[in-house]
Amino acid sequence: MAGSIRGSDIAEPAPAIARAVTAPPMRERRWVVLRHAARTRLAPLGVVVMLAALVVAVLAPIVSPHDPLKQNLGNVLAKPGRAHLLGTDNVGRDVLSRVVWGTRVSLVAGLGSVAIAVVAGGLLGLLAGYAGGQADGLVMRLMDAVLSFPPLVLALALGAVLGAGLTGVVIALGVVYTPTFARLMRGQVLTITAREYVEAARALGAPGWRIAWHHVLPNAMAPLVIQASLSVAFAILAEASLSFLGLGIQPPGASWGSMINAGRGYLQQAPWIVFGPGAALFITVVGLNFVGDAVRDALDPRLRT
Amino acid sequence: MGRLILRRLLATVPVLLLVTAGVFTLIHLTPGDPIDVMMSESADATVKENLRRELGMDQPIYIQYAAWMGRLLHGDLGHSIRNREPVIENVGKRIRPSLQLAGLAMAISLIIATPIGILSAARRNTSVDRVGTSFALFGICMPNFLLALLLIFFFGVKLRWLPISGYTDPLEEPWLGLRSLVLPAITLGLALAAVVTRTLRSSMLEALSEDYVRTARAKGLSEWRVIRHHVLKNALIPVVTVLGLQLGTLIGGAVITEYVFALPGVGRLVVDAVFARDYPLVQGVVLLIAVGFILSNLLVDLLYGWIDPRIRYR
Repeated sequence: MAGSIRGSDIAEPAPAIARAVTAPPMRERRWVVLRHAARTRLAPLGVVVMLAALVVAVLAPIVSPHDPLKQNLGNVLAKPGRAHLLGTDNVGRDVLSRVVWGTRVSLVAGLGSVAIAVVAGGLLGLLAGYAGGQADGLVMRLMDAVLSFPPLVLALALGAVLGAGLTGVVIALGVVYTPTFARLMRGQVLTITAREYVEAARALGAPGWRIAWHHVLPNAMAPLVIQASLSVAFAILAEASLSFLGLGIQPPGASWGSMINAGRGYLQQAPWIVFGPGAALFITVVGLNFVGDAVRDALDPRLRT
Repeated sequence: MGRLILRRLLATVPVLLLVTAGVFTLIHLTPGDPIDVMMSESADATVKENLRRELGMDQPIYIQYAAWMGRLLHGDLGHSIRNREPVIENVGKRIRPSLQLAGLAMAISLIIATPIGILSAARRNTSVDRVGTSFALFGICMPNFLLALLLIFFFGVKLRWLPISGYTDPLEEPWLGLRSLVLPAITLGLALAAVVTRTLRSSMLEALSEDYVRTARAKGLSEWRVIRHHVLKNALIPVVTVLGLQLGTLIGGAVITEYVFALPGVGRLVVDAVFARDYPLVQGVVLLIAVGFILSNLLVDLLYGWIDPRIRYR
């Protein structure tokens, strides 16, 4: 019987009413507030992490306690302590200073590759959606072809031919993420070009490029912004993966992925070489994910989970 | 169903053609002379010329492409510069560990994700749900090379329960083989488990709000029966899609996992070929991976049509 009451349309609000009657109102309100706070407190945390990463990246020369490249063979694999907060690596370099400088590499790679993907994907999607016909077919098949490669394998292959280094990795990741933005933009353009205000602009005799630039593009940007904010975290992870494999910034330059790779041989004697950059990478990615989720919730409440 | 298969097969043809063109172009994206890059500047000029002729790089690019496609259609993916063996043979030797790893990782991910996803959705906004969603967030944000090193540190170095690298074929030595694959499979499976948990949770929440669930509850069915017979069946469809879409991540993850655990799989072969600048091998393996990826996506599409009959009639 209980099941039937819970399941019926009329009885749907019953549990809420019952709770309101049986539970003290103050306590109930406090729980609601706490629950909301629990759900929303993650976004400010993400913003704090993101801002901290940005500040550290920009002010790396000032906040870095030591020279990240300076070796000290008399002080190798030193435990974390007052002189070196995160210890030293196998050639005596300060791990914290290298983590600080690595922040710059990670953010440049994450933001740079997503910027390339947004611009290239946005323009290709605009072209495909607005021009239609053969241009649409060609662009979208091309995007399908790029999507046919597992992302990391494609980035690895492109990184290999473009040469090891940050530029190669940024371009490779930019190419990998382009189809996502092209597909999004095309979908948006197809929806928006069917709207009345676009028809009105057309009826007034506005040229095609003007409609695309002034009417379609600004209205199609919201999903791209959401996707971009979510993609930065994954681009940072991908850069770290490529650097871990040896394709990113080359030694002695510091990047989180390459530091972790260099430290894995010393996991038993000096795990801090791996854990320092590992924690920085994990915290940054989690923080950016919170920000991405918050941007998504703010711009598109329908996607809220 | 036959028409669906035919339609999907035809749709993959232009994509496959573009993929071959892309893979072919790969070698020509190299800044400078690819032969110099592959052989180092100091190599003998005659040897370089021989390689150039062997790869057909002394011909105009469209002739090179036509010749390459011709060889491809005959099943010739080229030869490795380093060991002179055909690409197919190189891959053939490495495919077994990769398939075993992927299979085990997928099994682990489903074993972890199914109960967590179901419990998270069934107990929405409770502490159980929060644990479930935190697990999913952890799995998605955790780089798999870092997870691999953490697992090696705790289970290999500290506790000494499992081997930290190397591979034994489970078909030859089942116990040792499984032990050698456990840590790599957990590494690879956890990220997948996170994505599956998220998808299963949200698709279950959607299914839970459907009218047929209300009807099932109105019939007086227990909550467990409602979930098992009405919600789960419908919630699994997006999970199949996600599993298909995650194949790329699985292959990418396998590259890193095989590298960290020194497993002699296809992923490791790609990394080795990239660093040996063995471009014909890179081309061949990347092409094979892409074709495998396209075909498995096709399979998932068809499976989707089989699971959800509504799709067949669209």
